[in-house]
Order: sequence, then structure tokens, then C-alpha cells
Amino acid sequence: MYHVAYFLDQLINGVTLGAIYGLVAIGYTMVYGIIGMINFAHGEIFMIGTFLSLIGFLLLGLLGIGWVPLAIVIVLVVAMVFAGFYGWTLERIAYRPLRGSPRLAALITAIGMSIFLQNYVQLLQGARNKPLPPMVTGGVELVETTNQAGQPYVISLSYLQILIIVLTVVLMVVFTYLITRTALGRAQRACEQDRGMAALLGVNVDRTISLTFVIGAALASVAGLIFMLRYGATDFFVGFLTGIKAFTAAVLGGIGSLPGAMLGGILIGLIEVFFAGYFNLEYKDVATFTILVLVLIFRPTGLLGKPDIEKV
Amino acid sequence: MTALLSVEHLTMRFGGLVAIDDVSFSANDAEITAIIGPNGAGKTTVFNCLTGFYKPTVGRLHLAKGGEEWLLERMEGFRIARDAGVGRTFQNIRLFPKMTVLENLIVAQHNKLMRASGYTVRGLFGLGYKKAEYDAVDLARYWLEKIGLVDRADDDAESLPYGDQRRLEIARAMCTEPILLCLDEPAAGLNPRESAALNDLLLDIKKEQKIGLLLIEHDMSVVMRISDHIIVLDHGKKISDGDPEAVRNDPAVIRAYLGEEEDEDLPEIVAQDLGEIDARPKGGDPERPS
Amino acid sequence: MAAAALDPRSIVKELGVTALIIGALTLTVVGFHIKDIPGGISLETRLMDVLAAVIVGVVGRGWLILLRHGRPVPVYATAFPIAALLLVGLLSETLFGAGGASLKAYLPFQAAIVQWIVTITTLGFGIAALVRRRQLIADARHPESVSGDETFMDRVSAGVQHSSLPLGIGMFVIAAVFPFLPFVNLQHLDIGVLVLTYIMLGWGLNIVVGLAGLLDLGYVAFYAVGAYSFALLASPDSPLLAELGIQQGLSFWVCLPIAGFMAAMAGVTLGFPVLRLRGDYLAIVTLGFGEMIRVVLQNFYSLTKGPDGISNIPPPTIFGYSTQPKMDDVTMQNTTDFHQWVGWKFDQVDTTIFLFYIILVMALVTNFFTLRVRKLPVGRAWEALREDEIACRSLGINPTNTKLTAFGLGAMFGGFAGSFFATRQTFVSPESFTFIESAVILAIVVLGGFGSQIGVVVAAIVLIGLPELFRELQEYRMLFFGASMVIIMLWRPRGLLAHREPTIRLHSLRRGRRDPATAEAGR
Repeated sequence: MYHVAYFLDQLINGVTLGAIYGLVAIGYTMVYGIIGMINFAHGEIFMIGTFLSLIGFLLLGLLGIGWVPLAIVIVLVVAMVFAGFYGWTLERIAYRPLRGSPRLAALITAIGMSIFLQNYVQLLQGARNKPLPPMVTGGVELVETTNQAGQPYVISLSYLQILIIVLTVVLMVVFTYLITRTALGRAQRACEQDRGMAALLGVNVDRTISLTFVIGAALASVAGLIFMLRYGATDFFVGFLTGIKAFTAAVLGGIGSLPGAMLGGILIGLIEVFFAGYFNLEYKDVATFTILVLVLIFRPTGLLGKPDIEKV
Repeated sequence: MTALLSVEHLTMRFGGLVAIDDVSFSANDAEITAIIGPNGAGKTTVFNCLTGFYKPTVGRLHLAKGGEEWLLERMEGFRIARDAGVGRTFQNIRLFPKMTVLENLIVAQHNKLMRASGYTVRGLFGLGYKKAEYDAVDLARYWLEKIGLVDRADDDAESLPYGDQRRLEIARAMCTEPILLCLDEPAAGLNPRESAALNDLLLDIKKEQKIGLLLIEHDMSVVMRISDHIIVLDHGKKISDGDPEAVRNDPAVIRAYLGEEEDEDLPEIVAQDLGEIDARPKGGDPERPS
Repeated sequence: MAAAALDPRSIVKELGVTALIIGALTLTVVGFHIKDIPGGISLETRLMDVLAAVIVGVVGRGWLILLRHGRPVPVYATAFPIAALLLVGLLSETLFGAGGASLKAYLPFQAAIVQWIVTITTLGFGIAALVRRRQLIADARHPESVSGDETFMDRVSAGVQHSSLPLGIGMFVIAAVFPFLPFVNLQHLDIGVLVLTYIMLGWGLNIVVGLAGLLDLGYVAFYAVGAYSFALLASPDSPLLAELGIQQGLSFWVCLPIAGFMAAMAGVTLGFPVLRLRGDYLAIVTLGFGEMIRVVLQNFYSLTKGPDGISNIPPPTIFGYSTQPKMDDVTMQNTTDFHQWVGWKFDQVDTTIFLFYIILVMALVTNFFTLRVRKLPVGRAWEALREDEIACRSLGINPTNTKLTAFGLGAMFGGFAGSFFATRQTFVSPESFTFIESAVILAIVVLGGFGSQIGVVVAAIVLIGLPELFRELQEYRMLFFGASMVIIMLWRPRGLLAHREPTIRLHSLRRGRRDPATAEAGR
């Protein structure tokens, strides 16, 4: 019984962690779909998202808004808006001027932006870890059992975990609607297929690409908010590993595929949590990285990706 | 004489789309074989299968010369060029733009020079490599003279005019010393004078090098004048195969170019017009999946 | 270009957008500082900095618009007075003594470095406007003279490249006599050794990034592999040697090639799966690999001693004699050291000079290797692959193997540099091999110009040497690196001093045509 309970516990943890990776992975996959490049600074946008949420909560605390659901909704909106500005600026500076330049140049500007943003936040906010007191506490007890030592062991679904899962699902539904049913979504898919043709047909390609970065950044900032609520601390370097893992999620799901990104995120979250829970905590990052390399060798199109036919 | 290249039952599918459907043909040594057909007929796809960029779904691509044989469908792209000796050019020119004209031609002799430089180890110490490089420069100079670009040898390839870039690409492919040269629309975008010069170059290659040339072309003036043998594809199927005269008069070809509804009584006039007509535009080009 | 008409509505819109964006970017992260207080955190507002950033941004954008429309006069008419005012504020303490310090409160921003950047940028605008005005006047006088595509930097790069031989020899001579210059002290020597290490790393990475066009974001991983391989073989404290039952560490000259080989193997092993895929994948996989190596070094305690690191790495020997006074590990007797053998008095400066020459020679070997290999078929194939991989395949070049050689060789030189690092520090630990190191090396290559050997030297001196000399810049170093990588790529996407010299010529540069027998082939 204890083993089942432990397993369940890990499962819930894995899914919530996976939600974070999935939301960040969507940004990678969308940008890759539309301009065919990896947005190296996307992890930093996530990092800024965590800081935006932290500042938001502190500010609301100072203003005396103490009702947690309201505070979370306000911070959510504020973080998405401000992170969107970062996404927009990133595209404007690092990618747009270099369309048509050697690919290497755009990769380097992106990595330059990433280094810049890391150090910008470090200089402004200090290098130390910033903690946030738990905002959402309590939960529903699911199972009560005893562990090997005979002590009681409670498996519960905390309100926070419920919140994270609900938030992610709602966002995914809204987002899927946006991509499949609206003019923006159509424009985006058109640009993915053939940017030149889309422009000829009156799609504002620049704006569509900008909006893609904005949406990706907004989703990353939600991931940042969830990260703050769940782990309660951030620093200027959290974007680095999260970025690599979210990218792994995007590749595992099939880069360019939106459901793939979410699926990949959850898989990576589960793999990481189970590896840490059952095998070895220190090497959990190495495990995800190994998955990245294995997927690239054996199935570069990922689980849900389309095969990439080379243009000759 | 056995054929240099024999393609048997070649089929290529992309998902549900059948780009080439059971095509068989052959090409001989020291002959120019042209593949023609409307847009979307699958011509470039045939080339991409031959040169290893695509793996054919079904089919055998058999190359034979001087007692040696190769099954191209089983080989990786670079091996087809290196071991079997199949050279190619591209529809949209693919030179090394920031390297000089001469360097483009030297890179083409990579494998020969690699061996001469002892896979870099001996080359680092300059042992026995100089001679090989002189020879490589001589071969490059031979082709530069053929295409009239000796004076521009040290300029960046991207600085050449379009027509020169096309001919440089052919020269570069020839520097790999192929036994079969595949040319993907070599006359596209050339003016009549350049087009005539291209004809001379291709005929000269055929005569001097005695290699097989396989050619995709829309420009009928080129095709009809220099081809020894023409294969016509339409919608991924072979519809005609023969010498220029036979193909010109083949009703199936006329139908393919002008549509089914054309009056069958007009082949004479239509055949004359074929010289001027470019391919009928059609939507959805499976040769360029995006 | 004549002054184009200014459209007030579009200008106001443009300025408004600028203000909005800068405001939004700075309001949160700049405007609110999360302060650590005992028992938690609190917020501190810095809204004046946000306001200052918006004003600075709008003014700068306005100047840009004016310059773009060919109206330089109002730009320098305002830029110079503003720069002068800022300068007075910045130098108030020097100018007016302690009483002037209060003037500083009126300067925008709190950080002095930001104030300096704003001041210098303002001055830069003024000078740019003056230059632009002269250009406009010249253009008006000679409307027929059209400036070519070649920019000033293109000419500089080409000039540097054409005179690379005398420049290179000059640099070599300076480096060779550097330890004996009268003003050079131990600190300078140490900085010299550090700069040379980075020059070597830059040259090594230049093979991968500059020639083969493969973006390697985890170059530090190979540096680490080299350093640890060396440490494990050379240090008497090495867990590996203890396991094998060897008490005496191996000598520098034995470990160096082994460490290089290990790093090259690491490069090939990592590169093999990813080099077949597109360049971006390589970039992110190397980025991850750099971090993973660190995680492994940190946690594989039985081999690497984890965060404790491996110490007691011996310095290089000369003819088997140690260059540091030391005891024999086995007999615990004082050994005969090099200084005793030649009858010198031991001096730390001498050993540092020795290290300086070792790294100088190692760096030069890297340089000559690169210069040589560029003119060999494999080097040309690297450049061709960078230009067009599909064309390469059609010419029978094996793309994977060719890229692997570049990646492996680059890693090998990283490994050599790592060995040197280990022997110089006498201690290695995972902390020395963070992503920041990779970023620094990449910045050196990017700023120097892909494929430009001299560019790397200049960039390493500027990026490594200057911050070492001026410690207060250290904090801003990475910020500056990131920003300059972006700016240089936007300005010159092939690198600052990038100029490609053909690897072979049919016609000689000076004497026009040559006959084929003497065609320049070897050079």
C-alpha cells in the first residue's frame, strides 16, 4: 500500500512539474514552427516570469490585497502582460533584423540576449535566492497509510496542485481555441507553411511573428508563476536548466507540434520526478539530458512531430 | 551495350502523395538523356532519388560502368557522389557563395585531395600534398577555361552573374569527375545567348568526357537540340520515351502539355508550338514540399 | 541624401511606442528591487530609474529619427550640451571637491557605470551627427560619387587580414619579450598567462564556430574534460591513481597529450549523434552538455572528489626536474628541483615566466594548426559545409565525418588548454567550469570575428585583460558580453573583424596573372 501511495505522490508531483515544462515548451515549439529557430532566450523569459510573479505578490501584499485567489489572478494577468513585452522586444532585437542573415548570427544574438537578461536580473535584483512564502496551503487527503517505518503517511492532493492543473488545462483550452479558430491562429499556421506566400495573401507576417513571441512569453510567465507558487524561490539562473528541459520536452513531443509540447512536458516532468524518487536525485538533470540526446538520435521528429522533408 | 543507368519501377511516396509512380527508364554513356514534363510531374524527385537525397519507396537504381556496378537506392547521398560518381547541379544554384570560384572547384576534388593529404595528417607537414594540389588547380583551370571564367577565378562565387554561376556549378560537378552528370534545369533563367553557350558546353562534355548526362529541362529549344533520348513524365508516370522526333510526335505528350480537351487533330501545329511552350502551371508541387 | 520631410504623427507614435516598451520592460524588474531583509524579503522602489530610462530611451530614439531623416544639426546641438552637463555631474567631486558631490544626486540612474554609459552614448550621438553632417555636405557637393557596399569596417578587416603576417610577427615579438619588460610584475604576468589561455581557447573554438560554422555553446565541457583528465593523471591525490595503485603522478608532458585525446573523444562522442541534425540542435545539446559535465563532476565523488576538487596538481617539469620546491611523494625527501639543478635561487616570477612561455607555445601551435589546416582539403570542406551542406553532399563530402573532425579537433585544443589550466592552478573543481566560461570564450570568437585569428587576440586582450586590470568592471562584464554579442551580430553578422582571405589563388595578388607552373598552391 505504501508503495502505491508513494507512486501516486510522485505521479502528482511529476504532472505539476510537467505543467511548467509544457508551458515553457509551447513557446519553443511555436517559435520553431514559425521561424524555424530555437529561441535560446526563452528560458530567461521564464526566469523573468518568476521575478514578475514575486514582485507582483510582494506589491499586492504592500497594497493590502490579501485574498489569495484575487492576488493570483492579478499577478497572472500582470505577469503575462509584462512578460509579453519582453518576448516582443526579444524578437524585435534578436531575430527580426537578422532574418535572411546566416543562421549562426541569429543564434548568437539569441544567446547574447540570454546572457544579457541573466546578468541584467542578477545586477538589478542580486544573486541571492529570493523566497516567497507559501500562498496556497491545505489540500484534500486522498489516502492514509503507513510507511516502512510504521509512521503514518498521507497522500494528499493539495489545493495548489489542483490549482496548477486547472490553470494549465484552462490555458491550454484557450490557447488551442486561439490557434485553431481565430484569424491570428490562421495567420500563424499560414506563416509556418510559407511565409512568402502568406505575406502575398495579406497576412502581416511581422506582426504574426511578434505575436507568436508574445504568446510564448506569456505562457512562459505563467509557468514562472506556477514555479513560484510550487517551489517558493527563484534566482537569476533558474531559466537556464528549465529552458533546456523544456526544450527537451518540445523535442520529445515533436518540435513544431503544440499538443506534443504539452505531452513532452508532462513526460519530462514525470521522468524527472520518478528518476529522482526511485533512482538518484543528483543525476536527474543528466537523465533528462540523456533523453534529449536519445530522442535526437532515434526519433528526431519526436512523438507527434511531422517528418521534415529536406528541400533540395 | 548495357545502359549506364537503369531505373526500374521507381516509386516515391510522401505520405499519401505519390510523387513518382512505377517509372522505368535507362540512360546511356556518352549520351544526353532529358527528362521533361509539366510542373509537378516528379522530375526533380527522380533526381533526388538518384542522388540519394530521398530514399525511394520502391525501385532499383542500377548504375554500371567498366565492370563496376552500384545500386544507388542503397547508398547514402555523399557515397553516391563519391563512390558511384554521380554528379549533380541544383534547380536553385547551390554554390559556396563566400568562397572563390577556384575554391569552389577545389572543394569539388575533396576526396582525391583528402587521400593525397594523408587524411590531413601528412598534409599538416606538407608532405607530398603540393603536387596533388597543383594537379587539382590544373583540373580547375581546365574547366575554368571551358566556361570562360579564368579571369574571375579569385572572385567570390556570389559576385558572378547568374549565367556564370550556372556554368560554374556545372564545372564544379565536373571536377568531381563523375560518370553520370545530373543537371536540374541548367537553362532556367538564362537568356538565349547564354542558353546557346550552355548547349555547346553540354555537347562538349558529352563529346570530350564521354560521360552520361541526365537533364531536366523546361526549355524545349535546349532539349530538342541536344538530347539523344527523351523521357516524358506526367503526374509521376512515364508517358513517353524515345528520341526527340518520336517524342515530339507522341500524342500522349501533346495531351500532357496542352490538356485532355485539346482537339486530337492538331498534333502538327501543336508539336511546333511545343518549342515555345513552357510547362502548364499547376498547383501543389510535390517536388518542393514545405 | 537630402533631408526627408518629417511626419510629426508617425514620430509621436514612434516615440510613444518607445516610451511604452521601455517603461514596460523597466517598470517591474528595474522599478522594484527585492531586498533581502532579516527573516525574508521586502520591496524597495526605484521608480526614478524607470523614469530616467524612459527619458533616455525617448531622447535617443528621437535622435535616431532625426539622423535617419538626414537632420544632424539638432542632434549635435543638443547632444553635446547634455553630455557636458552629465560629465560635470559625474566629475563633480573631482571638479568642486566634496561640496560638489551633492550634484550627483541630480544625475539619472543610481549606478555610476550606467551614468557613464549614458554619457558616452550621448557623446557618441553628437559625434555621429557631426560625421553625418560632413557626409551630407560632401554628398551635396559631389552627388555623382556613390559610396560602395564596402563599409569602413570591411576595409579595416581586410587591411588587418592583408597585413596579418607583420601584425602577427609584431604581436609575437611583444608576447615573447613581455615577461622581461621593465614595468611587468607578477600580477601582469598572471594576467598575461590568463589572456593567453583564453586566446588559445578562442582559437580552438574558432575552428568549430568560425571555420565549420557549428555553434558550440558548451566548449567549457571539453576544457573541463582536459583539466580533469590531467588532474587525475598528474596529481598524487588523484582517486584514479590511488585506485590503480600508482603513488607518483605522471609528468605534464605525458598527461598533456592524453588529456587532449580524452577531450577530443568527448567531442566526437557528443558530436556523433547531433552533428547529423541541424545546427540549432547542436547548439542546445552542447549547451546542455556543458552543464551536465559539471553535474557529473560535482556528484561523481569517487572519481572527482565532487565539490572538493582535486588538488596538488604538479606544475610542468623541465627535463624531469620540478619547477616548484617540492617533496618526493614516495620517499618524502626533498627532491632536486630545476632551480637547484641550474643553480638559481627559487623565485615565483621565474616559474610564472615558464608557464607564460608554455602557454604561448601551446597557443601558437593552435594558431599554426588552424592556419595550415584551412588550406588543406579538410579545412576547405569545413568552410564549404558552413556555406552549403547539401551542395557538399552532392560533391561526395561526408558531412558528418567532416563536422566531427572539426568538433573533435576544437575539443582537443580545449582539452590542451584545460590541462594547462589544471597545472597552473594546481587545483581543479567543478566551479571553474560553468556556462559563463563558455559564454566568455564564445564572446571572444564572436567579437573578434569568425575565422579571424588576430581578432581573437584583440578580443581576448580587451575582454579578459581589461576587466582583470580594472576589477570594478568585473561585475558588469557578462552584461557587457551579452549586449556586445547582440550588437555586433546586428551590425556585422559575420563578426567584427571577419574578412575571408581565399585559401588558394589562381592569380597572384600583386603581379596579376601567373603561369600555371608557379600557381600559388601551397600557401
